[in-house]
Amino acid sequence: MKNVTKTFRVAKRSAGFSKAVKALFQKEYTDIHALQDVTFTIKDGEMVGYIGPNGAGKSSTIKILSGVLTPDSGSCLVNGRIPWKDRVAHVKEIGVVFGQRSQLWWDVPVADSFELLRDIYKIDPEQYRKTLARLTELLDLGEIVRTPARQLSLGQRMRCEIAASLLHNPKILFLDEPTIGLDAVSKIAVRDFIKTLNREEKTTVILTTHDMQDIEALTERVLLIGKGRVLLDGTLAELKKRHGTYKILTVDYTGNAFAVPPAADLIENLPGHAVLSVNTVVLSVSQAVSAISSTVEVKDISVTGESIEETVLSLYKEFDI
Amino acid sequence: MRKYWSFFRIRFIAGLQYRAAALAGICTQFFWGTMTLLLYRAFYQNGGSAFPMTFPELSCYIWLQQASLGMFMAWSFDEDIFSGILSGGVSYELCRPADLYAMWFTKNMALRMSRTALRCLPILLVAAFLPEPFRLLPPPDLFCFLGFVVSLLLGFLVLVAFSMLVYISAFYTLSTSGVRILVVSVVEFFSGFVIPLPFFPEALQPFVRALPFASMQSTPFLVYSGNLSGGELAGAVGMQAVWLIVLLVFGRLWMAKTLKRVVVQGG
Repeated sequence: MKNVTKTFRVAKRSAGFSKAVKALFQKEYTDIHALQDVTFTIKDGEMVGYIGPNGAGKSSTIKILSGVLTPDSGSCLVNGRIPWKDRVAHVKEIGVVFGQRSQLWWDVPVADSFELLRDIYKIDPEQYRKTLARLTELLDLGEIVRTPARQLSLGQRMRCEIAASLLHNPKILFLDEPTIGLDAVSKIAVRDFIKTLNREEKTTVILTTHDMQDIEALTERVLLIGKGRVLLDGTLAELKKRHGTYKILTVDYTGNAFAVPPAADLIENLPGHAVLSVNTVVLSVSQAVSAISSTVEVKDISVTGESIEETVLSLYKEFDI
Repeated sequence: MRKYWSFFRIRFIAGLQYRAAALAGICTQFFWGTMTLLLYRAFYQNGGSAFPMTFPELSCYIWLQQASLGMFMAWSFDEDIFSGILSGGVSYELCRPADLYAMWFTKNMALRMSRTALRCLPILLVAAFLPEPFRLLPPPDLFCFLGFVVSLLLGFLVLVAFSMLVYISAFYTLSTSGVRILVVSVVEFFSGFVIPLPFFPEALQPFVRALPFASMQSTPFLVYSGNLSGGELAGAVGMQAVWLIVLLVFGRLWMAKTLKRVVVQGG
C-alpha cells in the first residue's frame, strides 16, 4: 500500500431549524481526509494489528484493501493485484469480517448461507466438506449452523461470520473489529481461533480493533493510525518500550504521609494507600522502593507496568489524535 | 452461472417463508379482480362495441394480471438491498467474486418469482372455472400461447432491469421513498396496470406503446388473448427485446460508474 489517499465529502450543518432550511438551498460540504498518504507493506503470513481511535481511517483502509472502495490517489498491490481494478479475482483470495455487519442470511439456517458461499466461490465440494468440518470443530459450530441467523447470540453469530469468511481458504483475512460486543469467553474463543489459523494455515491476518487485549493476544506488529496517517509501525514490544518506561507502584503503609521521590508522580493518595507512577529512566524501581521505605513502614508494595491501554492512550495523546 | 442459481435459490426459499401473506394476497387479488371486472361490465353493457378489447379478452387480461401480480407489481422492491446500501452491508456483497449487478438482478427475480409461485395457481384455477364471460379462457391457439410465454419472460426481465435503476439510485439518494413513489406511479399508469393500454386515447397510443413500461405486463397479457397478433405482435415483442437490452446496458454502465465512487455508509 503506497501513498494512498481517500477523501470523503460530508454534508455539514449546525443544529437548528433555520440552519436546516438554509441547508435546503445551499449545502456546505467539508472534505474529510480519511486517509492521507498511507504507506505500509505486510508480508505473507504476518499478523498485523491496525489500531487507532474512531474515525482514524482503519475501516477505510480495510475497505480499500478488500476492493470495496477506490482511493483518490496512490497505489496498492495485494498479491500482485490492484484490489479495486481487479476486484473479482482479488476477492477470491481474501476473506473479510466486518464486525458490525452480517453476511449471513437472516431468515435461513446458517448452513444455507454457507452453501450459498460455497457456490459463489466455486469451492470444490470435497474441499468444502473438509474446511467446514475443520471450522466446525475449531469454532465449535456443531448445532448452531442449523439455526437461522436471527436466533443466534452475538457470540455464536460472530463465530459463524468468521467461518463464513474462511470457507474458501483465503490467503489473507481482514478482520474489522471481530470482537466488538462479545463477552470474555467468546472473545477468547475468537482470538484462539485466529491464532491457530495464522500458525497452521499461514494465513495473513490484518486486524482492526479497539480492544487492546486482542492486540496483545494476537499480533506481533502494530500499525497505529490517526487522522488518516500512519503514526507508528513497529512491534508491540517496541511500542511498549517507547512508552513503557513508566512503572506503577502501589504502596500500602502505616504512619504519616511519605515524601514523594522527585521522579515520581502521585496518582492516588489516601491515608495508608498510595499509587505512584515512576519514570524508570530517572529513578529505578528499587531506588524508588528504598526511598519510600526509608520514610514510612511499608506493609505491601506492588509494581506493575503500564497496561497496553494506557500506552496507547498516551500515544494518542502524544500524537494529538 | 451456478453461483447465480444458488443466489436465486436462497432468495426463493427465503421468499417462500411468507405463507400467510400469500394467502391474504390470493384473497385480495381474487376480490380485486372480481371488482374490476364488474366495474368494466357496467361500461360494456352501455355500448361495449366501441371498446378496443372484447370483454372475454379483458377477463383474460385482468386474471392474468392478478395471477402474476407478484412478478409485475411495481411497488415491490427488495428491502434488503436498500437497507444494505443505507447501512453499509453492501460492503460484504462487494467482497464476493461475483458481479453485483447480476447478483441483485437474480435476487430480484427470485423474490418476485417466489411471491408469484405461491399465488398464481389458485387464482388461475378459480378463474378458469368462472362462468362466462368472466372466465379465464385458454389462449386461442398454440402460437398465441408460445408468444405469451416468450413475451411474459421478456416483460418480466424488462421490469426487473428497470427496477435495478431504482436500486442503483439509492447509492445517490440514500432515501429512495421519493424516487419509489414517482417510479411506482409512472410504471403502474403506463404499464397498463391501472387501465389496459388499449383503452388509452388513440392519439397517445404510439407514444405509450413505445415507452419501456408497455413492454412489461401489457404486451404478454394482450398476446395471450390474441388482442395483439401478426405484425403488431412481432413489433411489440421486438420492442420488449430492444428495451431489455437498453435497460441492461444502461443499468450496468451506471452501476459500474457508481461503484467507482461508492461510499460505504456507517463506518
